[in-house]
Amino acid sequence: MAGYILNTDQERTVMLEQIKRASLDDLYAELPSDLKLKQDLNLSAGQSEFAVMAKLKALSSQNKVYSTILRGAGVEHHHVPAVVKQLSNREEFVSAYTPYQSELSQGVLQSIFEYQTQMCELTGMDVCNASVYDGATAAAEAMQMVVERNRRVILMPENMHPHVLQTMRTYAQWANIQLVDLKTIDGRIDLNDLQAKCDANTAGVFIQHPNYFGLLEDVQEISRITHGIQAKLVQYTNPLTCAYLKSPRALGADIAIGEAQSLGIPMSFGGPYLGFMAASADLVRRLPGRIAGQTVDLDGKRAFTLTLQAREQHIRREKASSSICSNQALMALVASMYCASMGPQGLKEVADAGLRKAHYLLQELEKIGFKRKYEGPFFNEFVVVSPIEHSIIERVCDEMDILAGLGLSSHESLWCVTETTSKATLDQLIARLKEVIQ
Amino acid sequence: MSKLLFERSVVGRRGILIDPIDVPEVKLDEQYVRQSKPRLPEIGEVDLVRHYMELSKYTFGVDNGFYPLGSCTMKYNPKLNEATASLEGFANIHPSQSLETVQGALTLMDDLSHSLCEITGMDAFTLQPAAGAHGEFTGLLLIHAYHKANNDTKRTKVIVPDSSHGTNPASAAMAGYQVISVPSNAQGGVDVDALKLVLNDEIAGLMLTNPNTLGLFDPNIELITSMVHEVGGLLYYDGANLNAIMGTARPGDMGFDVVHLNLHKTFSTPHGGGGPGSGPVGVKAFLKPFLPQGSLVKETYGYRFLDERDQSSIGRMRSYYGNFLVNVRAYTYIQSLGRDGLKAASQNAVLNANYLMEGLKDTYPVTYPGTCMHEFVISLEKLKKETGISAKDISKALLDYGMHPPTMYFPLIVHEALMIEPTETESKETLDFFIETMKKLHDLAYSKPEVILNAPYSTPVKRVDDVQAARNPILKYMF
Repeated sequence: MAGYILNTDQERTVMLEQIKRASLDDLYAELPSDLKLKQDLNLSAGQSEFAVMAKLKALSSQNKVYSTILRGAGVEHHHVPAVVKQLSNREEFVSAYTPYQSELSQGVLQSIFEYQTQMCELTGMDVCNASVYDGATAAAEAMQMVVERNRRVILMPENMHPHVLQTMRTYAQWANIQLVDLKTIDGRIDLNDLQAKCDANTAGVFIQHPNYFGLLEDVQEISRITHGIQAKLVQYTNPLTCAYLKSPRALGADIAIGEAQSLGIPMSFGGPYLGFMAASADLVRRLPGRIAGQTVDLDGKRAFTLTLQAREQHIRREKASSSICSNQALMALVASMYCASMGPQGLKEVADAGLRKAHYLLQELEKIGFKRKYEGPFFNEFVVVSPIEHSIIERVCDEMDILAGLGLSSHESLWCVTETTSKATLDQLIARLKEVIQ
Repeated sequence: MSKLLFERSVVGRRGILIDPIDVPEVKLDEQYVRQSKPRLPEIGEVDLVRHYMELSKYTFGVDNGFYPLGSCTMKYNPKLNEATASLEGFANIHPSQSLETVQGALTLMDDLSHSLCEITGMDAFTLQPAAGAHGEFTGLLLIHAYHKANNDTKRTKVIVPDSSHGTNPASAAMAGYQVISVPSNAQGGVDVDALKLVLNDEIAGLMLTNPNTLGLFDPNIELITSMVHEVGGLLYYDGANLNAIMGTARPGDMGFDVVHLNLHKTFSTPHGGGGPGSGPVGVKAFLKPFLPQGSLVKETYGYRFLDERDQSSIGRMRSYYGNFLVNVRAYTYIQSLGRDGLKAASQNAVLNANYLMEGLKDTYPVTYPGTCMHEFVISLEKLKKETGISAKDISKALLDYGMHPPTMYFPLIVHEALMIEPTETESKETLDFFIETMKKLHDLAYSKPEVILNAPYSTPVKRVDDVQAARNPILKYMF
């Protein structure tokens, strides 16, 4: 019998006798008969491992895997060290449940504790949860962390990742939270508009830094304005950039959230990724999701456990601020392994490689007629206005096995460079684009 | 226990190196640049490997032993699923590649959705929700959007049975609903008379798990769904317990309008120490226009994803299209099992549960002694009264036998509850060993309770002090 079932026919007979049932169908005797399916499900028959692998290989080969990826927009292509892949595939980690039974789960609990520590180090925050679904839901969950009974307004600029903004809107619509758009000037937050919109009803200001267009925001000034009205500053960020840039906490943020896919997680056509949420100590009881903590066992030995559970849905039910139960634990393990395998120097070099190569690419594009859309300082992503239609550029890149920057309009595109692209490849691309443009 | 990563760190040691950066340096203004390095561990590759090998030794998965964790469906996670999910053509594609370059992924998603429709009796699925609770929230927003589209704005309440998972009321509250709890009857089913009392035109819907959290199929299910429909409410099916009925009965036929599934339960994708899961949501045709942005639809010209131009959509639930690689695993599983295998999986899950219950029922009172579905609940109330040994104590003692304990203290309506779900992928010998062990522990509770009170003995740490953890939270390493 298929289905990874171990019972043999003979054993089944013995077991059915033991429970005094005539057949497997008899187990469902108490179901209303009109609800029982009269025919088989309209699905194909089961297949051998060989056949299924062949089918899945065929499907996967209908997807184009580019050798060079110059597209980011929230999802970056980085090298994933072999050691990270191998270790995170250990069966004990992969096939474990949530570590509610701590004595049997010290390994996974310790890994969460280490992950929390690393994210706190990168963001400068005091506490971090064990993960949420992705960056967009991290932002949506963070709204509940900042709103108060009488302060229900959240300000957010249009230069955040569109999926983050859309998800925040979805979560806010029935939660009595009012979202107000902030204007931008030259791709960055308009500080005058922020100042004008901040008032006694403002619970929080959400920003992305580096923002969706790769630009660096004046977070310190934004922090000053936000805290001037006792609102909370929430910074959405790519944690990889925190190895190079000032941490959200150092810039004045109260909460750091974001998508940690850049920490060793493959692009995976959109998921699974890793939403992280870190905050200052005073907000710990407002963090949603699981948190691992250190304690001792009966003998006084260091041990780890899931803690502060009184915040969560299985205790508080409808009074919980979030319903999250399953999270992205295995991806948090990957991120933690990635940070440990790279170390502080390695992580900084990966960030620096992106920064420098993006600036190099922009400089070379400008030489052949592209123009920068925004003037401000940027990290490893930038927007250009192209002399020819972006769709043509995309096609040219595709022929070179390069995934071009993301088209934002007919002539505008958002490019991202990481350590995985060499100068030689960028030079070849520029040479080819030059021919096409002329 | 193990040293922490940070305790293994030696200044200047390196693990993985990247290529030298062969383009000019960039100087960002000082106001942006970090002054001191984050204290991430500095570790060589071999030490990193040994660290995680040690942590893996102190972690217990289905691959280590029996995991009869009720309501969590800890079935075996086939290795083939891992192999297909790591194919380059799935793992290394960017989510904003043009659709012509990802037709294989889209075909897989579409085919998976159709299979899930067929298994559940629904008309359309979105694969976007990342986990069960996320699916619940999505489903409730669909219900909200539907009533709103009908200008039916007085429906402010959602009914949830008192035996439900905590995620149900929490998700309903997130969707802006007031939660009305209805009591369960002796079989753990909905108390129909109590339900009648709360049904009116303010009810947006009812959330239900069937089989319920006592592992019993509610015989009144058609009555319940028709009662709720009669007052204009919708029916939400929490698919946590679908593993009992695949190929035999379908929520769509029972009258449910919205369904979420837990692919990490029923469809064998691994739990990963807490996630990632995947919580697709299925709907009847009339709810299709409300599906979230990022859901795949097939038009005459080909595939597309719903986006902000689809105005009746509830909006976006997360980035992109869901936990794609988890969905690849579930798809692989469905392909492997096929129609007969899925049905057999459910039948054998039910057989194994009944066999276990039969073996235990004379020792531990079962909350309902008839036929169970894929799981059942025993109460240790009497044992506790007579010996002082609680459900938690028995659970901790089980750890010394190389087994993960059942779910403790759930559902909340049963005192000293242990909820036991063996799944179909366990052998008769394993079930026999569990029965034997549980009986042994029962005897021990009366003869030498102190032995159980001090268990476990063989785990890397003894009983962990949860109270201290909460009272004096240490949530990161103190450098």
